[in-house]
Amino acid sequence: MENKNQSVGIVRTEFYTIDEKIQFECGVNFGPITVAYETYGQLNETKDNAILIVHALTGDAHAAGYHSESDKKPGWWDTMIGPDKAFDTNKYYVICSNILGGCSGTTGPSSINPETNEPYGTSFPVFTIEDTVKVQKKLIDFLGVKGIYTVAGGSMGGMQAMQFVISFPSMVKSAVLIATTSRLSPQAIAFNAVGRNSIISDPNWNNGNYYNKENKPDRGLSNARMIGHITYLCEEAMYNKFGRRLQNKNHYDFNFDIDFQVESYLQHQGQIFVDRFDANSYLYITKAVDYFDLEEKYGSLQNAFKNSNAKYLIISFDSDWLFPSSQSKEIVNTLMQLGKDVSYCEIKSPCGHDAFLLEYDVQSKIIKSFLNEHIEGNYYE
Amino acid sequence: MNSHYANSKGLHLNYSIIKNIIEENSRVLDLGCGNGYLLKLLKDTKQIKGNGIEISQNEVIECLEKGLSVIQGDIDDGLKQFSDKSYDYVILNQTLQSTYNPDFVLEEMLRVGKKCIVSFPNFAYWRIRFNFFISGTMPKSKVLPFEWFNTPNIHLLTVKDFFEFAKAHNINIINCIYTTKATVRKGIQYSLFSNFFAEEAIFVISRN
Repeated sequence: MENKNQSVGIVRTEFYTIDEKIQFECGVNFGPITVAYETYGQLNETKDNAILIVHALTGDAHAAGYHSESDKKPGWWDTMIGPDKAFDTNKYYVICSNILGGCSGTTGPSSINPETNEPYGTSFPVFTIEDTVKVQKKLIDFLGVKGIYTVAGGSMGGMQAMQFVISFPSMVKSAVLIATTSRLSPQAIAFNAVGRNSIISDPNWNNGNYYNKENKPDRGLSNARMIGHITYLCEEAMYNKFGRRLQNKNHYDFNFDIDFQVESYLQHQGQIFVDRFDANSYLYITKAVDYFDLEEKYGSLQNAFKNSNAKYLIISFDSDWLFPSSQSKEIVNTLMQLGKDVSYCEIKSPCGHDAFLLEYDVQSKIIKSFLNEHIEGNYYE
Repeated sequence: MNSHYANSKGLHLNYSIIKNIIEENSRVLDLGCGNGYLLKLLKDTKQIKGNGIEISQNEVIECLEKGLSVIQGDIDDGLKQFSDKSYDYVILNQTLQSTYNPDFVLEEMLRVGKKCIVSFPNFAYWRIRFNFFISGTMPKSKVLPFEWFNTPNIHLLTVKDFFEFAKAHNINIINCIYTTKATVRKGIQYSLFSNFFAEEAIFVISRN
């Protein structure tokens, strides 16, 4: 474990079950839903110092700290959440929950349907980003939070953050939107489609009924993950990370085994992914991301944001071609046209879309400054 | 804004002149706002509602640290995100001469701002003329410290040039303030005198 002063320390994932059913966008009334969540820091007396962290495609509720003394790996955004970090747990009450339809504690296709005592599989209703936000709101209410100081997320997390501000404008004071978009590009939909196709065409997928079977659609899911990982990097990142270097050999093997380091990396990422992720969850969540289109949903982007009075910070990365800066700028321009309070920074990074998890140094500086409204000192002596 | 300039005395004179021009509670857009010094000054002394645009990532961070709203962007791309006359003032302080398309930038400023404030070093300042006359090399001064090959000031101009430009482009000059290190002069008519003795000029312009 790192220096405890910089970490939220040992944390535990908690669970909350929403008893009433929730009306999904597809028309289905669905419930009960259990939400896995973690919180760090203390809720203040006025109950308005909450920061809602929303995770990306395959994230979970464990955003910071460690689950045990022997735990080697901290939460997925531990670099950003903790005492004196960007999301300062000395000042704020930080909440992160696993997304609806996920497979890390929140109800999803791998959960048991109480009516049949079988896993939902593909009988789970297709949900949208708006539906996932409705679930987040139920959790927030349950925790007694009255005001969200900021809602923050990268990639799909940014979509949820935007949707949260739009759905509950009076509750949110500010939003931090990182490497995200107001509508998924056809290119990104295409990659998701290939990923889903890879799962569906794995014979072990068996129309989504594989939970009680010996063989799971691991091949399909790991291929989907490999495709995903290509889109999270960029050409420069691949040159930096692997170049054309060979994996544990000096010569080509002249067969179809792994020759290159990049092949080995992707295969490894695919293999470790199947141990922690559910193939059906991957299908459902990527679908929710594909459907996300604020322009379409609200008639225009201006219309989507018009009722919010939140202060916005938007961050993009110059090497991110999956959620390119141009898409962030579109959101920035709309918010400027509406006269909203908005700041935007395009961070130079060789890391591609993954940068939002890796470039924590400069990102922390930016977010910390943005969140720290009451500035000390005099700048024009 | 050119960073070398940030600590010079001339800039502080500039700041206080601009501060005196702007009315309280105005909506202000500062193009090339640098580290946000001027915006912060205006926010604290004139209670303005302000936004900045700045190209450099580090300067953007410094603005955020001051609690300012700032957009990272290139003003040479235009101001298409801003609607017509959506600001009381659009400021371009010591940046005009380093834009790629000064005419386009000025047109965009006049579209977005009810009034615009433009300041630039006057290339016809007598010391610069003298310097060029004697040395035969590209003139340098405290305000223009660069070599010909590394200067960001690619569109240097004179007070006379600006008057001629304003006339040709139907730009209304509301006020003009000339400064040298110690003195401030005002006047909206072009004069040979000001073109010769002004080290820097601050124009308040508009288009009806």
